[in-house]
Amino acid sequence: MGNGTGIGRVRGLGSARHGAHHWLAQRYTAVGNLLLVLWLIFSLLSLPGLDYDSVVLWIANPLVAVPMMLMIVSIFWHLRLGMQVMLEDYVHDKGLAFFSMLLLNFYAFGGAAAGVFAIAKIAFTGVVE
Amino acid sequence: MARSNSRPLSPHLTIWKWGPAMAISILHRVTGNGLATVGALGLVWWLMAAATGPEAYATFITCATSPFGYLVMIGITWAFFQHLFSGLRHFVLDMGAGYELRTNKSWSIAAMVASVLVTGLIWLYIFGKAF
Repeated sequence: MGNGTGIGRVRGLGSARHGAHHWLAQRYTAVGNLLLVLWLIFSLLSLPGLDYDSVVLWIANPLVAVPMMLMIVSIFWHLRLGMQVMLEDYVHDKGLAFFSMLLLNFYAFGGAAAGVFAIAKIAFTGVVE
Repeated sequence: MARSNSRPLSPHLTIWKWGPAMAISILHRVTGNGLATVGALGLVWWLMAAATGPEAYATFITCATSPFGYLVMIGITWAFFQHLFSGLRHFVLDMGAGYELRTNKSWSIAAMVASVLVTGLIWLYIFGKAF
């Protein structure tokens, strides 16, 4: 494959061999975080209390549990992309770079799974006595 | 990496005078990675504690409402709004706008001032309601 056309290089194989997908996904998830985390902050500020019962009853509401799950996915997706850029800039050794990317993937997927599971458990079982 | 000593290096961080654009750029990275680690772990801890039961939740609340806990939460709030305003600035830059030196400088300063202001307002509201 030669240098190709400009649009072809951007879509498929730019210098990083990933095209613009990473860059775009970073922006999509940024908008997701913007909306969903602001929603979380305003909700927490307007809740009558942040004690166990109030919080669990609030999260158990489907209109809260679903956006909260989406927020977890958006946050962990965005942080995986952002931390990848940081590691690519600072970790120069090839082996260490591979290992740090492995850890980052474990962290992002593990954290997202834990968050979504916790929300699902609250939504399905409610207040634990 | 192999590098010929006879070739000049491009001037790096140490040689430039600090300005708002440099500060907001590195702050974007610092706050982003702070939120990605401390912020995300705190959020998952809160959700996991709520999912586990009253005792686990009580442990979370004890840690979160300790002086150190408040310090971390105030720090996360600032980091979030700093990253948010800086991110909005990036959206404008992505469209190819706001690169003029004066414009770039003013919006960099505005974003940093806004993040401190919003953090202050939120915590004044929280402490005002609590005490």
